[in-house]
Amino acid sequence: MVANGPDSFVWWSWVADHTDDIRARTIEHLQLTGSSVAIGFVIAMAMALVSLRWRRTYAPLAAIAGGLYSIPSLALFGFLVPLTGLGFRTAQIALVSYTLLILLRNIVSGIDGVPAAVIEAADGMGYEPWRRFLAVDLRLATPTIIGGLRVATVTVIGLVTVAALVGSGGYGTFIEDGLSRARGFSTPIVVGGSLSIVMAVAFDIAFALLQRAVTPWARRGAAP
Amino acid sequence: MIQDAIDYLTDSSSWWGRNGLVNLTWNHLRLSGTAVLAAVLVAIPPAVYLGHLRRGGLLAITLVNLSRALPTFAVIAFVFPLSLQYGFGLGFWPTFVALFLLALPPIFVNAYTGVSEIGRDVVEAARAMGMRERDVLRRVELPAALPLLVTGIRVSAVQVVATTTLGALVGFRCLGTPILQAIATRNDGQLIVAAVLVAVLSLLTEATFGVLGGRLTPWARSRTIETKTSVQHAA
Repeated sequence: MVANGPDSFVWWSWVADHTDDIRARTIEHLQLTGSSVAIGFVIAMAMALVSLRWRRTYAPLAAIAGGLYSIPSLALFGFLVPLTGLGFRTAQIALVSYTLLILLRNIVSGIDGVPAAVIEAADGMGYEPWRRFLAVDLRLATPTIIGGLRVATVTVIGLVTVAALVGSGGYGTFIEDGLSRARGFSTPIVVGGSLSIVMAVAFDIAFALLQRAVTPWARRGAAP
Repeated sequence: MIQDAIDYLTDSSSWWGRNGLVNLTWNHLRLSGTAVLAAVLVAIPPAVYLGHLRRGGLLAITLVNLSRALPTFAVIAFVFPLSLQYGFGLGFWPTFVALFLLALPPIFVNAYTGVSEIGRDVVEAARAMGMRERDVLRRVELPAALPLLVTGIRVSAVQVVATTTLGALVGFRCLGTPILQAIATRNDGQLIVAAVLVAVLSLLTEATFGVLGGRLTPWARSRTIETKTSVQHAA
């Protein structure tokens, strides 16, 4: 590039000057994504266990998760600000609430999808219910559950960019920063936007590989 | 908080005028509708044709995975400087591009699946009756694919209506505008009203397409692949 300056689409010396910033925002983005998905997973697993044990609770639990999911993120972040203030915690609560529906659905359908014959065989071999659940049901549901984690993680990475609005850090900070500046300075927007896309694609690929790794039977072409 | 919302609701200045809820809702729906319509026009012809040929399944899967990794807000922000630079202005176009990209995959995948998964015996029977390929597509495959096709549009439309809110961040005046304003001015009443309005619009969109789908295809049972395509939240 010949003339690279503040007016260029990407001003490389700005990028070079902000490597520390980029590192800090990356860590924030990862922390917020990781902790939200992890907390969401624990809650969704508890909800799934309840709804598998007492079938009737599944519809209302799914409806609650679905209701949370349908609130627009901008509004949900806004709702929480008066209650929990600006910052990491507020963003986290909103993000966790978005993971619940995806994770709950995948955990339940994964465990539901375990063939009855496999369960009977395990029972016949003398597995106790809880050991069978952990060693057979959960093991066979793992690919579906990882699929849920994959969608939840990728979705959350995108939403974290919006969460910067409530002061939670992450790549969205660059985007907000760029949007609030004078026209013609697009570098922070491009940097923030592309980094979040790269992170989302990287996690998508990583989870796809993990899914393959935990289903060796699928590659051998044999039924589980 | 509830009292604030009631006060805001009963104040006529919050409804009328350039920044009133009525005008903003109209803007909101107009942009959502345009984006979904554009996605329908672009996605359905190739999806139906590929479905007819029963080719391009890999393309469909790739498209869905790719679209999930594309954060809508990042796309809006990305297009924003380009739009300014090339004289398209702020607001409308960046948001439109992002919503269009958000709407494409569910529409494409559902239309493709709808056509390609029709039983081969049905299509063979139509050919055996002497139908030309064009008629097979128009009179057999399209009607049979209609329920899924409508489902795809519904999934997209619901996501788009919720996501249009983000346009406010780049200066598009929609229902996100009062939300942003309320966050900045700590006006809880306004915040709740605007947020609930967006949620209601999404639900109404869902309901409208549900009714429409039922009317269009009274014979259809609910065969959907929603769980595969709708688990995406962008707004």
